[in-house]
Amino acid sequence: MGFLHTWLPYILAGIAVGGQYALIAIGYTMVYGILRLINFAHGDIFMWSGLIMVYLITTLPLWVSIVLVILFAIILGTTIEKIAYRPLRTAPRMSIMISAIGVSYLLQNFALYITGGLTKTYPAIALLQRAVSIGPATTKMVTIITPFLTILLVFLLVMLIQHTKIGMAMRAVSRDFETSSLMGIDINRVITVTFVIGCGLAAIGSVLFFSNYTGINPMSGAMPGLKAFVAAVFGGIGSVPGAVLGAFVIGIAENIVKGTGWTTFSDAFTFVLLIIILMVKPTGLFGEKDIDKV
Amino acid sequence: MLAIRDLNVHYGGIHALRGIDIDVPDGKIISLIGANGAGKSTTLKAIMGLVSKSTGHVYWDNTDITGMKTKDIVNSGIILCPEGRKIFPDLTVDENLSVGAYLRKDKVAIAKDREIAYDLFPRLAERTWQLGATLSGGEQQMLAVARALMSKPRLLMLDEPSLGLAPLVIKDIFSVIQKIKEEGVNVLLIEQNAKAALDISDYAYVMESGVISMAGSGKALLSDPRVQKAYLGE
Repeated sequence: MGFLHTWLPYILAGIAVGGQYALIAIGYTMVYGILRLINFAHGDIFMWSGLIMVYLITTLPLWVSIVLVILFAIILGTTIEKIAYRPLRTAPRMSIMISAIGVSYLLQNFALYITGGLTKTYPAIALLQRAVSIGPATTKMVTIITPFLTILLVFLLVMLIQHTKIGMAMRAVSRDFETSSLMGIDINRVITVTFVIGCGLAAIGSVLFFSNYTGINPMSGAMPGLKAFVAAVFGGIGSVPGAVLGAFVIGIAENIVKGTGWTTFSDAFTFVLLIIILMVKPTGLFGEKDIDKV
Repeated sequence: MLAIRDLNVHYGGIHALRGIDIDVPDGKIISLIGANGAGKSTTLKAIMGLVSKSTGHVYWDNTDITGMKTKDIVNSGIILCPEGRKIFPDLTVDENLSVGAYLRKDKVAIAKDREIAYDLFPRLAERTWQLGATLSGGEQQMLAVARALMSKPRLLMLDEPSLGLAPLVIKDIFSVIQKIKEEGVNVLLIEQNAKAALDISDYAYVMESGVISMAGSGKALLSDPRVQKAYLGE
């Protein structure tokens, strides 16, 4: 009982944060799976989703705002792909990587310009903030909702990938661009759908994530983005189940570290974990062995 | 019928195709033979709109398909079964066939064509749920041909279907190619195995460094001393 008393709150928080990381990590892993690109701007799309929510909620009802935030993230992500990544598709991989880093800075700096660098107050969503007790622990509703919602969304996504025509096309394209297009698959459409899914999930993740914090600023996407990226690498980048598992592991581990009183080092712990993974199993838990395309 | 007129392709700094003319009339097997790097694969890729064509035209049933999107070319009834089989390794046999039928919407007809494909290659029918990667080389080639047929093409282009296969399997594949032709599908075949190709071809072109150096019926080329010396190893 004493054990539960001490640790349950941290484990619950860890599962919740893990779910939020998972929703971001899917965007990294899916884009990598298809384009072999680490979309450095992904964390900033996540941050912008949060920022837009702050502005929308002042005039619009909650549900409308959430829907618009998701739409905004989708439009932002697909536009970035069209403008910054598509023209470089046949260029060396390093060029598109640099382009992604550039977009990331552009999004951060634009947010800096809009907010004036001030931390904005993220709206308190009553439903998510409600206090709930589980056994000895008291926590917010968002902590309970996040893992279930994440699992549900991941389940739907896996169904889409495994059992629909567009999912089949995504699996085909992720292996072989040229043959896929020879079979009549529209590569650009598949890539757009990938960004739609990744950004939509990141936007949902932003609502859950920022509900845990009061403030949001232009750098708010950097750390969760990086953590989600680590989660994707941990699980084997390119693999959706891997990214989700990695995200939960990292979320829980970092909260347990916090529970031991080493809060200052919880971020560092995540990256130490990354280093260890890269040394022991560079392809991650579910990573493909050789994914270089001919 | 497919007609290629004065097709030129530049790959980077290389003039890969230098003004070639090829006809693929209806109901015939036409083959394109030649050494590695002669431009055979480039020709097929150019037809599919995968390489930027510098100059020239590709006419398909009197429509100029030059510069059209690959997807629209597939939709118009041309399919390329690529060199090296290129089946999707982590898709099942059944899914590989579905990708072949990607642009088709007629579910009933697709199901029927799937059965026809499995009749044509009974070995695939035993392996519908197996992943592509787990098939043998010969089975992968069968799957590649079956997948191409799932698009219900009127012109099937095959790039080196015999590559790396055992003689018995090659015989199988070539007899299927003939069956496909008898079903009324035009076939454009690329082969390094010149003997096997010329045996079943109604007409053939010999390609050398991006130009057509010789052309004639399969039989005529088989007995041509220059072809025998250069491509048949006699």
